[in-house]
Amino acid sequence: MAPTLTVCLRHLLLDVDLELPLDAARPVTVLFGSSGAGKTTLLRCVAGLEAPAPPAHITFDGHVWNDGRHRLPARKRGVAYLFQDHALFPHLDVDANVAYGLTDLPRPQRRERAGRALVAAGAAHLSGRATTNLSGGEAQRVALARALAPHPRLLLLDEPLSALDGPTRSRLRAELRSILVEAGTPTLLVTHDRTEALTLGDRIVVLVDGRVHQQGTVEEVFSRPATPRVAEVVGVENVVTGRVGEIDAGLVHIEVAAETLTALDPGALSTGDRVLACIRAEDIALEEPGTRRSSPRNHLDARVTALTSEGALQRVDLDAGVPLVAYITRPARDELGLAPGTPVTAVIKAPAVHVIPRTS
Amino acid sequence: MDWTAVELSLRLAAATTAVLLVVAVPLAAWLAFSRRRWTVLVEAVVALPLVLPPTVLGFYILVALGNRSPIGRWWIELTGSPIVFTFNGLLIASVVHSLPFAVQPLMAAFAGVDRRLLEASTVLGRTWPSTIVHVALPLSRAGFVTAGVLTFAHTIGEFGVVLMVGGNIPGQTRTVAISIYDSVQAFDHAAAGRTSVILLVFSLVVLATTYTINRKGRPAWPRP
Repeated sequence: MAPTLTVCLRHLLLDVDLELPLDAARPVTVLFGSSGAGKTTLLRCVAGLEAPAPPAHITFDGHVWNDGRHRLPARKRGVAYLFQDHALFPHLDVDANVAYGLTDLPRPQRRERAGRALVAAGAAHLSGRATTNLSGGEAQRVALARALAPHPRLLLLDEPLSALDGPTRSRLRAELRSILVEAGTPTLLVTHDRTEALTLGDRIVVLVDGRVHQQGTVEEVFSRPATPRVAEVVGVENVVTGRVGEIDAGLVHIEVAAETLTALDPGALSTGDRVLACIRAEDIALEEPGTRRSSPRNHLDARVTALTSEGALQRVDLDAGVPLVAYITRPARDELGLAPGTPVTAVIKAPAVHVIPRTS
Repeated sequence: MDWTAVELSLRLAAATTAVLLVVAVPLAAWLAFSRRRWTVLVEAVVALPLVLPPTVLGFYILVALGNRSPIGRWWIELTGSPIVFTFNGLLIASVVHSLPFAVQPLMAAFAGVDRRLLEASTVLGRTWPSTIVHVALPLSRAGFVTAGVLTFAHTIGEFGVVLMVGGNIPGQTRTVAISIYDSVQAFDHAAAGRTSVILLVFSLVVLATTYTINRKGRPAWPRP
């Protein structure tokens, strides 16, 4: 039985009832929302760093961590918390930082465990260094090693990549995912960055204005936002899983179900990689089947499954081997004579397909 | 030159500093980090010796430790001798009198420590005392040194409280400051002057040393 984290909070900015399955095989749950949505506060309450007022209730794996009156101290929860700016102890070197949480082990074992954590976080080469002159990416690895070393029951990451510069961030992003999967520790990760959520998460919880609006797998939430607010926050309606096929001349072909999507090559991909292709609903145009040649690279045969009016726009749900959502105008719907069951061709320009690598 | 008084003053100052650094660390940590209700009041009480005339403070200590007070009687039962007008009484009075000089620099230093580091320590399984010792204190070195030096120097220089609680017993309670006062009363200005100069130079050296230590890498005596 996978441990479950339940969080019930009525805080200044939070109104949350959450039940999260924390599965070691699919360990990363992303807490997604724009800044000020209360994500960090929620994370701090779970860690025990914040003392939420009474109707609060937090349990982990059947143990009560907080029932509003009594609060299990942070040190007894067996969680690890990765701070946005790493919070490495400046007076201790890299190794002492990583070993800091291992006081209950005998000394030789402590050193061995710290060493293994450094290796796991890709920071073995930093052993012996002072923490004051590490680069952002290096500090991040050390902080991750320090968090993982005591084998926490739950790992809490607060915007883990936000303090890093662009290139370092994209390099660490993919690697962070494999480190977390390798560690197999249930992880709750806070972010407002869509790419980060898609790259790192197995499950995603969308927090808007302090409320949970939707939770589910990453594909589910991004492809089928439950509410218009979620759609607005996640900002993309179609997320489909595929594999990288041919790569040539800056273009990458992605095999999705029976179709192939052509997109711009974001770099660092190789054939066979698992990727997510993200397409905004507004970027999908519909044509009658059998139309002449046109410049967009992607023509998918599809069938209309549902039609919904959303203001001036018409939401069209399609089945193209994978489910897709398109937004078109009402006159366009009338001109094409769309109804459930109508065959159409979905047309997407290559640059409208955003490719996000998923290592596992 | 009253060397007995100098020696007594140094002994008193060293003992006061030692006691206060032990007492002040938890107190300063509590005042700096606690979010409880009584903190402000305790902070005010700790600061009282800064504003009260030493005679007032000395008077209350005398009353509290005197031979007819519960503490005084208990002490006599325990040891057979009174606390007031002895070195031990002087030590207690000095500790109370110098309390703000130890607590306030430590408090300021603790408050300056990044809260995230303390939180990181507790999440990593450390108790609050362990966090203070392993994170707050090492990052408050300057405050710790300042607290020690100020306490030491302040004890060397104190007069009113010592006179009230300790009286003027050579080798027991007659400190440098009292010895100078005695010399002046006896019209021995030469002796008073010699002892005063020693006290002046000593204080200057101590303070200059502290500031040198607390420069954090900036040269203490830069070349022109």
